[in-house]
Amino acid sequence: MSGFLSGLVPLDTGGFEAPGVQSFDFPPFFASVPWLQAIISVILILSFWLIMARKNAMVPSKGQFIGETAYFFIRNTIARDMIGHDFRRYLPLLMALFSFVLINNLFGVFPFLLLPTPSHVGWPYGLAIMVWVIYNGIGISKFGLFGYLKNTSLPAGVPVFMWPLIIPLEFISNIIVRPITLSLRLFANMFAGHLLVLVFVLGGEYLLLHSESIINKTAGVVALIFSMAIFGLEIFVQSLQAFIFTVLTAQYISSASAEEH
Amino acid sequence: MTPLEITGSLGIVGYGLGAIGPGIGVGLIFASVIQGTARQPEARGAMMGTAWIGFAVTEALAIIGIALAFVFG
Repeated sequence: MSGFLSGLVPLDTGGFEAPGVQSFDFPPFFASVPWLQAIISVILILSFWLIMARKNAMVPSKGQFIGETAYFFIRNTIARDMIGHDFRRYLPLLMALFSFVLINNLFGVFPFLLLPTPSHVGWPYGLAIMVWVIYNGIGISKFGLFGYLKNTSLPAGVPVFMWPLIIPLEFISNIIVRPITLSLRLFANMFAGHLLVLVFVLGGEYLLLHSESIINKTAGVVALIFSMAIFGLEIFVQSLQAFIFTVLTAQYISSASAEEH
Repeated sequence: MTPLEITGSLGIVGYGLGAIGPGIGVGLIFASVIQGTARQPEARGAMMGTAWIGFAVTEALAIIGIALAFVFG
């Protein structure tokens, strides 16, 4: 019995350390890498949009075509479909948010950096606080404080006896839970994705180089090859999360500034 | 005598349980999108837009689960 099960008793051999929260820490000298990434991303985004906006020809070149496609994607798919007729005022905010989140997410698959900036939780918190202030500010400036509170916490057409149930629920969901889920969604997607890559790469390396049996070495090679597919999945998830973040921001703005709904 | 000993965090088991619900939810969302596309192919774009938002909102539960598994683990 114990002879059969002894193969199942794990983790006593020492050696492999599973990646965890500590994998996201930097040694002291490199502690400002996320800041550097954010600054690089701002420079990249500014130069991209400035170059794209500088020369506008009637017959677009290839570069201008790429820029216009990106611009129309944000303008039509996100801003116009979500906010409606008054979307132009909020377009710069949405463009900046989408570009910033996208570039910073894609640093997770960029060689030599390999760390998505939002996998440090302070960055999504900052972005979500900014979005929270903006959409509440839009609602308050449009309806006044009490009008806005009534609009967000009481949907139209609710019968009176349901008010004690609906009003706290809607208030909590619209004012308190929204920024938390907005930031945690971005953070946890980046965190989990980076952790997944680490598990495959570090585990594959350990199996390949530090283990004896040929089966383990084969599994290590397969894990290392499969980590490339995980990188592909990461690129998809990172773009999707940038899109989702911007879409939800647009939706919060639209629901804060809507007349009646 | 302990027949089998596994050390580690129970939070990961909790995350496994917590991922069941979002898994079913995401499956339902895309099943509906596939059905809708089969019935009316030209409405696919509009459905996909809504589906991605629903996907993100549903998936947030699983994602918050993995974050909490690390927090409490």
